Amino acid sequence: MVATLDSVYLDAAAAAPLHPAAREALGAALEDGWADPGKLYAQARRARQLLDAARGATAEVIGVRPEELTFCASGTDACHLAVRGVLQGRQRAGRSFVHSTVEHSAILHAAGAHRRLGGAVVAVPVDRFGQVTPDAFAAAVSVPGVAGAALMSANHEVGTLQPLAEVATACAAAGVPLIVDAVQSVGRAPVPAGWSVLVASAHKWGGPAGVGLLAIRTGVRFATDGTERPEAVSLPLAVGAAASLRAAAAEVDAEAARLRPLVDRIRTVVAETVPDVEVVGHPVSRLPHLVTFSCLYVDGEALLHALDRRGFAVSSGSSCTSSTLRPSHVLEAMGVLSHGNVRVSLHRGVTEQQVDRFLAELPGIVASVRAEAGVLGL
Amino acid sequence: MTEPDEMLDCRGQRCPLPVIALARRLGGLPIGAVLRVLADDPAAAGDIPAWCRMRGQEYLGALTVDGVAAFDVRRAR
Repeated sequence: MVATLDSVYLDAAAAAPLHPAAREALGAALEDGWADPGKLYAQARRARQLLDAARGATAEVIGVRPEELTFCASGTDACHLAVRGVLQGRQRAGRSFVHSTVEHSAILHAAGAHRRLGGAVVAVPVDRFGQVTPDAFAAAVSVPGVAGAALMSANHEVGTLQPLAEVATACAAAGVPLIVDAVQSVGRAPVPAGWSVLVASAHKWGGPAGVGLLAIRTGVRFATDGTERPEAVSLPLAVGAAASLRAAAAEVDAEAARLRPLVDRIRTVVAETVPDVEVVGHPVSRLPHLVTFSCLYVDGEALLHALDRRGFAVSSGSSCTSSTLRPSHVLEAMGVLSHGNVRVSLHRGVTEQQVDRFLAELPGIVASVRAEAGVLGL
Repeated sequence: MTEPDEMLDCRGQRCPLPVIALARRLGGLPIGAVLRVLADDPAAAGDIPAWCRMRGQEYLGALTVDGVAAFDVRRAR
């Protein structure tokens, strides 16, 4: 059945389909870059050249020097290294870690590890749109004893951008290093400024899975816990990540200009055509490719299955779709409806026709799930 | 917190069942009546106030009754 439908993949925020530039570079690097880059023979020098070129190209897009950039195993890996490195590097300044309530679970888990080691953690709340207020964040980092702070560039579940420029200024004034989790925005929006440490992940921009970026500005006190380790990355994957990042950066404005109106259309049409729906996230200050809404009285898992049967791949922050059976901490922190939640995230392969088919079918799909649950017209 | 007019026991129910039960029951109460929903699903804490906001009903707040999370809602319309 599904095979006869045009399958529409709308979950780029989880993993974007591989960019053609990544596939090409990955293939070439597997052919040409298989040797150990640390050895002293021609094949090794070729591998070293490829890795250096990948680092150089990536660093240029991120806006750092090559030596400020480390390839990691994933965005999660990079988040953990970032939090641990900053907090341990600044132990003498304090033991407190400030972050927003809507950070990715990788940052929250790293914060939990810090707490278990006796550190303090301060979570700055967000408004209904999922944004922190710069004043509240500034106040939190201005008290004595703050070792580091983390604020994401854009939220992975609702697409809301954070007021990073003001927060970065406040952190700089307080002398507190700022970790920016830019996993959802790198390759989709301009790289933010003002951070001390930045984290990104290749499979969000169309690179291969298994490559995270950790950029640490020179001068930031960063501890490696005495476990100095060699860069843990597969060379061909890093080459694929670099090539796709360069390609994504080159088309970032054009893609944003193409996808933003589609996201706006989804926000408007869903609110008009699906009864009892809450479109969440900031209406303007948002990522160009990601949109989220919640449908009253609808079981998120049932809705995802119903959409999947019609060929639509989306994701959800509803508790019934999570392994922990807890609602998404992001939706909870925003105080918005968490059940019946759908996140749609677009990529370069998504067409206007596909979005329109999704919008045409969604009201009927939601109605059928509601009818099955006996809640139509409630 | 004022004493509720009615109690609705949604313990053991997962989202969105407590909100569905709330919507069904509140409609049967007179305007101004207060319904207390007992719900141990963690999603209820966000979803019940959100439902009130979307439906123009008055959310009075959360409390704990015999160790169980409870949420008071007044029928406003």
